[in-house]
Amino acid sequence: MNEGQQSLFSFMRQEQDKLISQTLTHIGLTFISLIIAVAIGLPLGILIANKRKLSGTVLGIAGVFQTIPSIALLGFLIPVLGIGAKPAIFALLLYALLPIIRNTYTGIIEVNPAIKEAAKAMGMGYWQILFQVDIPLAMPVILAGIRTATVINVGVATLASLIAAGGLGEFIFGGISLNNTNMILAGAIPAALLAIIFDFLLSQVQHLNIKRVRDVTMALPVILLIFAGFYLIPSAYAGKLTAGFTPEFMGRRDGDLGLRDKYGLKIHTVVISDAVMYKAAYEKHLDVISGYSTDGRLKAYDLVVLQDDKGIFPPYYAAPIVSAEALKKFPQLESTLNMLSGHITDSIMTELNYRVDYLHQSPEKVAHDFLVDKGLFKPATEATGETVRIGSKIFGEQYILAEMYTMLIRGYTNYNVSTKTGLGGTKICFEALTNNQIDLYPEYTGTGLLVMLQADKSITDTLTDKDKVYNYVKQQFKTKYNIEWLKPIGFNNAYALMMRKKQANELNIQTISDLKRYLESK
Amino acid sequence: MIKVEHLSKHYGKLHAVDGISFEVNEGENLILLGTSGCGKTTTLKMLNRLIEPTSGKIFINGRNIVEQQPEELRRGIGYVLQDTGLFPHYTVAENIAIVPNLLKWDKKRIADRTFELVEKLNLSRSHLKLYPAQLSGGQQQRVGLARALVADPSVLLMDEPFGALDPVTRFNIRQEFKDLDELKRKTIIMVTHDVQEAFELGDRICLMDKGRIVQAGTPVELLFKPANDFVTGFLKEQRLLLEFKAVTLNDIWDLLPNIKTRSSKNAINCNCTVWETLKIITSQKENAVAATNPINKETKTITFTQLMSTFNQYQNSEAV
Repeated sequence: MNEGQQSLFSFMRQEQDKLISQTLTHIGLTFISLIIAVAIGLPLGILIANKRKLSGTVLGIAGVFQTIPSIALLGFLIPVLGIGAKPAIFALLLYALLPIIRNTYTGIIEVNPAIKEAAKAMGMGYWQILFQVDIPLAMPVILAGIRTATVINVGVATLASLIAAGGLGEFIFGGISLNNTNMILAGAIPAALLAIIFDFLLSQVQHLNIKRVRDVTMALPVILLIFAGFYLIPSAYAGKLTAGFTPEFMGRRDGDLGLRDKYGLKIHTVVISDAVMYKAAYEKHLDVISGYSTDGRLKAYDLVVLQDDKGIFPPYYAAPIVSAEALKKFPQLESTLNMLSGHITDSIMTELNYRVDYLHQSPEKVAHDFLVDKGLFKPATEATGETVRIGSKIFGEQYILAEMYTMLIRGYTNYNVSTKTGLGGTKICFEALTNNQIDLYPEYTGTGLLVMLQADKSITDTLTDKDKVYNYVKQQFKTKYNIEWLKPIGFNNAYALMMRKKQANELNIQTISDLKRYLESK
Repeated sequence: MIKVEHLSKHYGKLHAVDGISFEVNEGENLILLGTSGCGKTTTLKMLNRLIEPTSGKIFINGRNIVEQQPEELRRGIGYVLQDTGLFPHYTVAENIAIVPNLLKWDKKRIADRTFELVEKLNLSRSHLKLYPAQLSGGQQQRVGLARALVADPSVLLMDEPFGALDPVTRFNIRQEFKDLDELKRKTIIMVTHDVQEAFELGDRICLMDKGRIVQAGTPVELLFKPANDFVTGFLKEQRLLLEFKAVTLNDIWDLLPNIKTRSSKNAINCNCTVWETLKIITSQKENAVAATNPINKETKTITFTQLMSTFNQYQNSEAV
């Protein structure tokens, strides 16, 4: 029995410690940001209820924060706040602000004017009216805002795992990358439960008798503080160097697990999205990262690949994988896709990636320039045939390859092309292919071997060079999934550990074994 | 007691209140009467500084009100609103205790005073633990009145206090209101658009229009010595009823035929209005009632016919 088939329950039991610490971190993140959001949003809501002229501006700005895609917001924050809890809490805070400000404002301006007038006429002062009339009467509406903010935060906090702040997103994104449904559910179910439980608890508070609202107003900050304190419980131990690994890398045998098994590497590790990982290494928030050997940012950020002296990272030769049905349906497809084979080496791919990831040229332009340079480019013919659907994962290299294939198919055949780029991780792409949502996407032999086929150690040990791996996955995919591996494109985008060139030189680290020795020295 | 001098409130070009002056004597009920937008409510709210005047002065007990902290001023003035303005999150007892708490009374004193008012205002002690929403409209208005009276202010401002009530409740509460001891000693300024109410409750009435006082005087003066056509027009609809309610037996005493009665037992007071006397007469078997003039101790028997013809005579003599 392999790991994919074990039950969700036994997975959760096995990963119990991680699950508890992720849940606590998740609750902590949610409530720390919520407390700050209340501390800022409540006075701000009260302020704009008194100075209505400001309300449009303040609500507008808070509304804009809410529309920024969460992952983009995290990206913006890294240069300013680094990685880890700070930017995560700040981002969550921004999302929580709008419902709190808006509901405080609405709650207060909707207090019956006759009641306010009576309060004033009896000789109550501004603060007395605020605390004895406005806030208590607006409380149900304010609580509804806090409730909305809490549910939003529980959801958005899953993304905190992408910038090394922890939380249940570690399982969710790891599981998506690893095609491990149990892992996804182990993160998603507790996250959903948290949202439901907090929503329910706050709805109970909201519907309390108007009198009890006063007690709740007093108790709420205390409860929020207790929950916020959860963040501190699973406090990470710091070490000499900090490693940032993607959620996918964390769960892979040819990733963190292999590093521990074969090298015995023990390093303080945080989970982080690859979108921000390279920059975090460049800015010295991280010292060791799990990158891809053809990544353009390797060049951009002056990083160096550590030699895999014990050979735990299998070859990752890229090749298009196509459903057998599509090959039948589009007879010219195979020969067209194979035109690219042999043209792209590691260094060319790194260069192309550099242009997209760092120089911010469009994948379309980069693909076009390359094809023209190699004399492969032909202007698009009139598309009269059926549509080939090309998918890609969510990073630059895949975008470039998808663009190249699009141009080749348009130039050399009469098929129509639609692209579905940015299909998240391996799992999403592969599911899309097996479920006939797309016809092809570029995949890597190592991923096929370890993620889809989940080959045993006994098998991987026999596959000692790149051709053996390619032939094995080609044959297995054909029989298991009726999917064809076409000719390899030429480059090997393998996993690699990277460090800043300067630091690696200073510490005299060239191989992963060197890294281990350095970490163990005192 | 209260003296208002050249009081104005302008909102841009709109002159909501336009240079009015009036005085209210201690213990007097002054009614500010008029249609909506005539400036009566604005005037009332300037008296406790809910609205600050554009110009003019207000003296209460000889003291210019701008010389006091507004909060302090307001704690000494009772205020009753049409919508009661009771705090929905406070119990009846807590609502009544708001001003005493601001004045830092001790608990015992607050409780004693609350019980006293509850009895006077025909509420029961069991109401004290309830929330305003659990009370009827009439009960809410009584609580509103209790809240205004609790610290025994010498001045009471009332903004259409009975406006939100149904006609039957309104009539009953108005009757209670008239008979309430607590209120007899107080200087009351009340805003209403209800002419009946004004005539029933007011010692004097300020009839307002477009921010100015058209006429200030007793009900009888407004009826029989109207300052202009506006006043006549304003009262025209309900004139007869108003006259019945404004004119007292005192006013027509000399015109009444002098029929001596056997006894002055059950005799009514001369301060009764013609309307009240009529109601009593029609409820009696013999269609007559005895009335005593407290000044000369004279007692007369009045029949329905006599009362009507005397009243008619009075109307004619006054109208001249």
